[in-house]
Amino acid sequence: MNFLLTHALEITLWLPFLGMFLLGIFGGSRGGALLNIGLSALSFASSVALAWGIYIHAIPNLSPQKWFYIDEFNVYLIVLTAFVGLNTAIFSRSYMSYEIAKGKLSQNQMRLYHAMYQGFMFAMLLALTTNNLGLLWVAMEAATLATVLLVSLYRTPESIEAAWKYFILCGVGIAQALFGTVLLYFAAEQVIPEHQEALLWNVLAAHSGELEPVVLSIAFVFLLVGYGTKVGLVPLHNWLPDAHSEGPTPMSAVLSGLLLNVALYALVRMKVLVDGSLHNHLAGHLMMGFGLLTFLVAALFLHRQRDIKRMYSYSSIEHMGLMTFAFGVSTAMSTFAALLHMAVHSLTKSAIFITVGHATHIAGSQQIDKMRGLILTQPSVGWGLLLGTAAIAGFPPFGVFMSEFLLISATMKQYPWLVVPLLLGLTIAFAGLFKHVQPMVFGEPPNGQKPVLANMLPVLLQLGLVLCLGLFLPNFLTDWFQRAADFLSHSTLWNELI
Amino acid sequence: MNIANLSHYEQAIFVLSALVLYTSFSMLAQSRLFNLINIFAWQGTLLGITAALVAFISNQPHLYISALLTLVLKAWLIPWMLRKQVMRLKLQREIETLATPTLTSLAGVGLVIFSYYIALPIKSLSNSITRNTISESLAIVLLAMLLIITRRQAVSQVVGFMAIENGLFFAALVSTYGMPMIVELGIAFDVLVAAVLFGVFFFEMRSSIDSLDVDQMNRLHEVDKR
Repeated sequence: MNFLLTHALEITLWLPFLGMFLLGIFGGSRGGALLNIGLSALSFASSVALAWGIYIHAIPNLSPQKWFYIDEFNVYLIVLTAFVGLNTAIFSRSYMSYEIAKGKLSQNQMRLYHAMYQGFMFAMLLALTTNNLGLLWVAMEAATLATVLLVSLYRTPESIEAAWKYFILCGVGIAQALFGTVLLYFAAEQVIPEHQEALLWNVLAAHSGELEPVVLSIAFVFLLVGYGTKVGLVPLHNWLPDAHSEGPTPMSAVLSGLLLNVALYALVRMKVLVDGSLHNHLAGHLMMGFGLLTFLVAALFLHRQRDIKRMYSYSSIEHMGLMTFAFGVSTAMSTFAALLHMAVHSLTKSAIFITVGHATHIAGSQQIDKMRGLILTQPSVGWGLLLGTAAIAGFPPFGVFMSEFLLISATMKQYPWLVVPLLLGLTIAFAGLFKHVQPMVFGEPPNGQKPVLANMLPVLLQLGLVLCLGLFLPNFLTDWFQRAADFLSHSTLWNELI
Repeated sequence: MNIANLSHYEQAIFVLSALVLYTSFSMLAQSRLFNLINIFAWQGTLLGITAALVAFISNQPHLYISALLTLVLKAWLIPWMLRKQVMRLKLQREIETLATPTLTSLAGVGLVIFSYYIALPIKSLSNSITRNTISESLAIVLLAMLLIITRRQAVSQVVGFMAIENGLFFAALVSTYGMPMIVELGIAFDVLVAAVLFGVFFFEMRSSIDSLDVDQMNRLHEVDKR
């Protein structure tokens, strides 16, 4: 037990790395899916141990060689990533065995899929835990590389087009972030004597007041474009619906639920440094502008989709826009809302994609107008989809309502007139989602539509958690969010509330 | 800034950065795939030389490793892989029709001026050649993006993609004496994996749409067209 507590970070991180090679060998066999689940479960368990360590010591954890830095901001994202990774691995077992039974995938493809699944988890966990902003970039790029072959797994012309778009757009986009990182390093080198440490986040955060403001503002523009491409900010979002709709559904669940969060995490880390150097709201205003634009455009595009996975990926873009906006407002309260929203969105959206995966198997198609009467055919899937959509649209008992409500109150305080577009966008998105979902879950099922073997346990767990988070926030989570919000926004929540 | 006052090292960096920028422009105007890959290899060679020079002057042995890595990866391995794939796909005689070569080059000039304009307000750069080299590396990145935008051929787009990485490496080299070693190794690894993946893609593309023309990939739309 003690061993687990002291080495929790190493186990969480290196287990998926090891898993990548293990599954590269055994991933094609029958036990491959089980091994994938087992590795994800162990990684999740040790991430909980890691969080427990942070909770009892209540201070940020800097690893001995300063390689890794765990604080209140990333600790919950690590647990979240491992948790959703585990649930998606459970779902992927039933989903993929159906695909193999249909003859859509071969054993070699399964090996690639499982190995890259673990590789992707490793890249995301590395990005979240590393203290070095250069390595953060390397890990983000590695996450793209790990998933690009999974998007084209089915080898259809559409999936290859989607994967190519994803590769080129994200690759070129994220290259901009590297240029921003180089500029940041350039600025840091002039104030930090030890050059090897000039890219370490904790060192930079301590010196952020001395960094040259002009360089940092130029760097931030590049970082925003770079990581923003991965977040899916309009107008750099083009790759996202394609990659989500053409890849296998478990991939869509982890891309939407986790990867976008990690990219936003990177952007927010950079924003803290830029804010510390500039002492004005340039970074915040840029993020607000892009966030709001993204939010509104995606809400409108939701209405014109015919493919169910594309529709939900636009919903993801919409929510990422909302979070970017919330971080941009940069009061402690809006940051608190954004942190909560990151958690509930990722839980809800991956649950939705898991349900969608089963639903497409029932209907035999991803086309919205071919999916009818899900509740009559298989009540668990139909209700899952309906409740998930209700949760993501922001219905009251669910956690998404909580975070959106907090965000709107925070905006009301700071920029009252911006509440109008926010409410408008939420309404538009709500209408768009239900216009499509209603006939899919209710309505008459087509003749001969049969239920499939579905494992709804992950969905139940995740939606249950979202419901709990909507009803009450546990103390430790409020503590973390509050402290993270305080240092991310350079202010204190309590001062704002009084 | 007076050129005669610069040290030999600074003058050499000056010349090298101008040469790298020149290779970027010639890539922009090159319509033959094989020549494009050759110019890309030359750019990699120049980068390797720059890295070795910086390593020699700044006395940082780890930069020699970077220089070697660059020479092996960018000047030899990746161009070799690209050439082999072009041969296997029987594209060696292919000449791309560049829609508006003059306009593209003029746009390239505009991008260089824009890059200088961006770096102008940086205070810590006044009176140093780093202002030039940062602007030029930004220009290399932007020119490579322009290359990707103007080309329709998947192989040329990949060359553009790799040229962006060259610009970034150059930026890190001349403005900060290179990034920390672990970061450079990570970046080199990512570039190598990307190159291998691109190779896989060429074949998947050829077998699914029977062409490497990216304009043929037009099945996915942002909104429903009906």
